[in-house]
Parts: sequence; structure tokens; C-alpha cells
Amino acid sequence: MLDCKQASQLISQSLDRSLTLRERLSLKLHLLICEFCKRFSQHMQTIRVALKQMTSSIESNDSIEMPSATKSRILQSIESIKD
Amino acid sequence: MTSPNMHDWLNQHGDYLYRFALARLRDPHLAEDVVQETFLAAIKSPNFAEQSAPRTWLTGILKHKIIDVMRKNVREIAASDLMTDEDANMDEFFDEKGHWAEPPLAWDMPEDALEQKQFLGVLQNCMEKLPAKAAQLFLMRDVHETDNDEICKELNISTTNAWVMLYRARMGLRKCLEINWLGA
Repeated sequence: MLDCKQASQLISQSLDRSLTLRERLSLKLHLLICEFCKRFSQHMQTIRVALKQMTSSIESNDSIEMPSATKSRILQSIESIKD
Repeated sequence: MTSPNMHDWLNQHGDYLYRFALARLRDPHLAEDVVQETFLAAIKSPNFAEQSAPRTWLTGILKHKIIDVMRKNVREIAASDLMTDEDANMDEFFDEKGHWAEPPLAWDMPEDALEQKQFLGVLQNCMEKLPAKAAQLFLMRDVHETDNDEICKELNISTTNAWVMLYRARMGLRKCLEINWLGA
């Protein structure tokens, strides 16, 4: 029987590798009876989804602009290469 | 002949490329640097004048530059104290019987846009609070979806070590979110 520490480890690892059949079964069994680990598992999914959302929200945020000093710096370095 | 062209490209695509890099590296200075390197690589490329879809082409170069930076960061982390930390115990999370020391709470997920934005804000802060090495590994794995084997190769660690470190990072992040988002 898994304890919560072991169960949470397996939940985390299930994001990184395929669990073995035995691991999947014992985790399933644990999640049936353990509300806390079920929450933990949901939180892991939530975090993963939110991190991806964060990436796309930065990418599509038109109000984020490259600092103008950086633009000038880039132009200068382009010019210096050309010469 | 090439200069006005590149000038235009910088104006038309610079901000987009910057956001693209920032979304992945989460560090303004690193993002600026990779965009600069991208434009330099572009102007040195013999076929840059023929590009009909400059944004796609520039983004392709940028992606490689971003991956290079991540590799470099991760290697620096590996060279530091990454390896000493892996066995750090999890006593703050579990009691001696393996039960949750502080059981995870039920989260009410944000439904409207404003709440979602707040949630992402807290998540961002929590990411910043993670130890640098953990955060980096986490970004590579969960944001870039880098293959586990590749991460291990970069870090020169076993897959088991990587699982342990990712586990610790996730536990810390979850805890931080629970305190700072639900507590808010």
C-alpha cells in the first residue's frame, strides 16, 4: 500500500515518464481512498496548464515591447558588422 | 543595400521576437540578448535578402538561440551545487509515516479573466522564488517540453535524479501557490 509521500512521487513522475502497470494500479488504488493526493494530482495538472498559458499570454501581449535602448544597440551592432 | 531592410525588420518584428523570447526565458536581459544575436546571425546569413517570410525565418533562428541559452544555464547549474541538493529530505511536506504534514487544500479554480490573471501573477512570483536550479529545470521540462533524456544528458545526471529534482520543484511551487493565492 502506498503512503501519500510515495503516491505524490508517482504523480509527479507520471508527468515525466510512463508508469509501470503495477505503479499505475497502486496509484489508482491510493487515489480512490485519498482525497488529499487526488487534490495534489489536480494541482499538478493545473500548474502545468497555467505555465503554458503564461507563455502564450506573454507572447501575445502587445503592450510588451523591446526597450528602445536595446533596439538602438542592435541597430548599431548591425551597422558595425556591415562596415 | 541590406541596411534599410534590416532596419525595417527590426521595427516590424523586433517586439514580436522579444516577446517570444521573454515568454520562454522569463528574463528580460536574456531575451534582449538572444534577439540581438538573432539579428546579427540573420544579417550574416548569405540568404537573408531572399527571405519572403522574414518573421518565420527570424523566429526559427531565435528558437535555436533560446535553446542554446537554456543549455548554457542548465550546464552552469549542473556545475554548481545541483548534485548536493537531490537527497534533501522532504520532511517539511510529510510526517514520518508518509502522511501529508499539511494536506493539500481544495482549490477554487479562477473562472473569470481577472482572477485568471491574478493566478498567473502569483504563479510567476512563485516561479521566481524557486531556487534558480529548480526553476530552470522546471522551465525546460514543463514550458519547453524538453525530453527528459535530453535534460539528463545536458545535466549529466541520471533520470532518477531528474525525477527527484522535478518532484521537489513541483512540491515547492504547489505549496507556494497554495499559500499566496488561496491566502490572498
